[in-house]
Amino acid sequence: MSASVSSVARRLGRFRRPSVIPGFGLTLGFTLTYFSLIILIPLIALAVRSAGLGPEGFWKAATDPRVLGALRVSFVSALFAAAVNVVFGTLIAWVLVRYRFPGRRIFDAIIDLPFALPTAVAGIALTAIYAPNGAIGALFAPLGWRIAYTPAGIIIAMIFIGLPFVVRTIQPILEEVSHEVEEASATLGASRLQTVTRVILPSLMPAILTGFALAFARAVGEYGSVIFIAGNIPFVSEIAPLLIVIRLEETNYAGAAAIASVMLIISFLLLFAINLIQAWSRRRYGYGN
Amino acid sequence: MEVRVQNVRKEFDRFPALHDVSLDIRSGELIALLGPSGSGKTTLLRLIAGLEMPTQGKIFFGDTDASEKTVQERNIGFVFQHYALFRHMTILENISFGLKVRPRSTRPPAHEIRRRAMELLDLVQLSGLEKRYPNQLSGGQRQRVALARALAIEPAVLLLDEPFGALDAQVRRELRKWLREIHDRTGHTTVFVTHDQEEALELSDRLCVMSQGKIEQVGTPDTVYDHPTSPFVFGFIGESSELPVTIENNELWVGGRAIGIPAGDASPGNARLFFRPHDVELIEAEASLAGVVSTSRRVGGTRRVELEIGGAGHLVEVDLPFDHPAGDKTRLAFRPRRWKLFPAT
Amino acid sequence: MATKLTARRKRRISPTSESRPVQWLLIGIAFLFMGVMLLLPLYAVFHEAFLKGIGAFFTGLAHKDAQAAIRLTLLVAAIAVPLNVIFGVAASWAIAKFEFKGKAFLITLIDLPFSVSPVISGLVYVLLFGAGSFLGPFLKSYGIEVLFALPGIVLATIFVTFPFVARELIPLMQDQGTGDEEAALSLGANGWQTFWRVTLPNIKWGLLYGVLLCNARAMGEFGAVAVVSGKIRGQTTTMPLQVEMLYNEYNGTAAFALASLLAMLALVTLVLKTALEWRFGQEIAAGANH
Repeated sequence: MSASVSSVARRLGRFRRPSVIPGFGLTLGFTLTYFSLIILIPLIALAVRSAGLGPEGFWKAATDPRVLGALRVSFVSALFAAAVNVVFGTLIAWVLVRYRFPGRRIFDAIIDLPFALPTAVAGIALTAIYAPNGAIGALFAPLGWRIAYTPAGIIIAMIFIGLPFVVRTIQPILEEVSHEVEEASATLGASRLQTVTRVILPSLMPAILTGFALAFARAVGEYGSVIFIAGNIPFVSEIAPLLIVIRLEETNYAGAAAIASVMLIISFLLLFAINLIQAWSRRRYGYGN
Repeated sequence: MEVRVQNVRKEFDRFPALHDVSLDIRSGELIALLGPSGSGKTTLLRLIAGLEMPTQGKIFFGDTDASEKTVQERNIGFVFQHYALFRHMTILENISFGLKVRPRSTRPPAHEIRRRAMELLDLVQLSGLEKRYPNQLSGGQRQRVALARALAIEPAVLLLDEPFGALDAQVRRELRKWLREIHDRTGHTTVFVTHDQEEALELSDRLCVMSQGKIEQVGTPDTVYDHPTSPFVFGFIGESSELPVTIENNELWVGGRAIGIPAGDASPGNARLFFRPHDVELIEAEASLAGVVSTSRRVGGTRRVELEIGGAGHLVEVDLPFDHPAGDKTRLAFRPRRWKLFPAT
Repeated sequence: MATKLTARRKRRISPTSESRPVQWLLIGIAFLFMGVMLLLPLYAVFHEAFLKGIGAFFTGLAHKDAQAAIRLTLLVAAIAVPLNVIFGVAASWAIAKFEFKGKAFLITLIDLPFSVSPVISGLVYVLLFGAGSFLGPFLKSYGIEVLFALPGIVLATIFVTFPFVARELIPLMQDQGTGDEEAALSLGANGWQTFWRVTLPNIKWGLLYGVLLCNARAMGEFGAVAVVSGKIRGQTTTMPLQVEMLYNEYNGTAAFALASLLAMLALVTLVLKTALEWRFGQEIAAGANH
């Protein structure tokens, strides 16, 4: 065993820097094997199934009006939710980093609730609150506004699951903003509002954009917390992941694969964009996250 | 602009950082606040800037009471040790910032702001770098940008907090000379904080030596160096040797021997004798300070020896010509040319 | 007099902070948003669970399907989490202790599952093992069911929780460098001894932190598991799936009773996570937060 590992290591010699620490072949080998079995091969299966449709078939499945409708619902709602999260997430990060008040650390811990709470639980809880007879839904029902079972409900659920991404991306960067920079701005005659809007917020911009992209990406793919509150009416409140599930129930595997491929391509582009933002900001300003 | 600090006291959480400090800064002078860390020099600078508010006392800019004003209203230029440049703005944007944030009524037109920023960029010898970001400049260049940014608002007073503290020795010396030149050209009243006595002596018109929240001495570099008014200043500025002595019959005595130095008007009893190691003469007279060499090392063009004086083991440092033959255990006798007596504590 | 007062008021405001009223306004907005968006849903879970009294709550939990769902969820987590721990430790060892080409790319790949919709994470296994695939019928001929059975649920769970342990350990082990291991090796320890006695004690709190987050997600996963489980009552329904079924059958009390167990799990996770951050912040290398 150890002989074969070391012979592997010798062959790998050129692509890794020599080290006295053992276990490179074993751990990297296991990592790659496990990754291939769990992630890579299944994703390839998805690509193969989508390709099985042929270019025309794929195009037809991907541009089916109901598919386009579902993608539109998912992306537009996610955009709204991420925008709301950027505003409130920045505000919350600001309050948590800058101010001292009773309960701050508990507040800080609760921000991660959407990471920890199972999405289905969040989904039924949000539905209970925003349904016409729920705590908040009842406030709006007399005005004729419905939140649950409409696109508004989708956005609420997406805000819920996206919030920590924005807060947790901005928080560490805000902590690093030097006090001296703010003092410098004040000595140059800038009012506090000018210092915040012209000095601090612009220097947080890379983090804010990254947080936005992360929250957006998460919201687009979200399923569990959305389907209960969404109403799921095609073209109005039917999200793309739900349509995948519906296609599967119809045993239209290729159709499901086509939608999934479109969504994956868009998520990867987003991921790529996040990396670009960070690389660009590191290169130009000397910081990123 | 003349600045008067009047009986200022500053406490942080009940802990006093400055006790009853008063200082008159003359219009157009370059004054250094010099002291070890914790002496309150930076606190004094920040109080003048308005970045801190005094617990007691007042600060006047000319005849107006500046302690009633916020930092924004005081119109000061402040340069930080770590530059504090806005890293998401270009150099030009950094320098123009103070003019751009002015209310519309006092803001110069955009082309005028640009012209002035370019002019300042030229003054600090960074023409051509206006589109760079701070991250792309060296430390020395960044500090020049910081100075240009502070000068852009035509400040009443220019305040610098250890401006060269983060730079390496070579760049420090260059920037020191250059800051003096800029000051002579622009004539701003300038206060800078430093813990480096060499920097303070070389650069300033006057020094203000501080220790433990108090001002020890204010004066020109020559006055402070030649006539220190306290043991602290003698010890802090330049090299010094100290020896406990006794005053009797208007003479100084060490270990039961008169050393040939008159006591002047000092009262009899115990006292502390201070002198500069380089300011001594070797003599063979009976009335002198005599000791045995305990260590000897070459320092540049001189030889610095440590002498053990008398039986009590008091050590003093004395500079000799580098080719002086004194070695271990050699007996040497000398007398300071200039000295200063302070009462024993 | 009036000018004196305004001056005094100005004094109390540091030039690098906002005035008190502005601070309280912002804090108020933050609390309001958090209260409505985060705390209210949490409260609603428990409120609905106990709406019809404590008896109904326990009746809901005692039902045999609910019991089966709880057992299945624990079983799935008990398989998926250890596998991801082994993977996480191996991957972070390879990445943090060695320099090799393509390392940055490998780190990006490990994060990949985070950017895949849970539904797609389940779908890929349906495509791999379902009708019309090559593998599914092949395994079926040997009597092995993957889809609509435990293996499929476990695979989907592993997929969605794949990065948790690794992304916690990689930055931590990179921070710690290789000095300790080299010292142990130079003192004559072999590789395994070095790992068990030197590396593991250094990373134990970070590892625990990763396990905590991994476990919370494993027990709570819904979308991916929903696609592969087939939702056979009492057999392939995990707790979140059982919650959905009960909810869709208008059995709200039972659904929320089971949901409240999951919410408790989330709360315990948050408390432990926060305790770890406070107590061992340095040894967790927070910032890699998810």
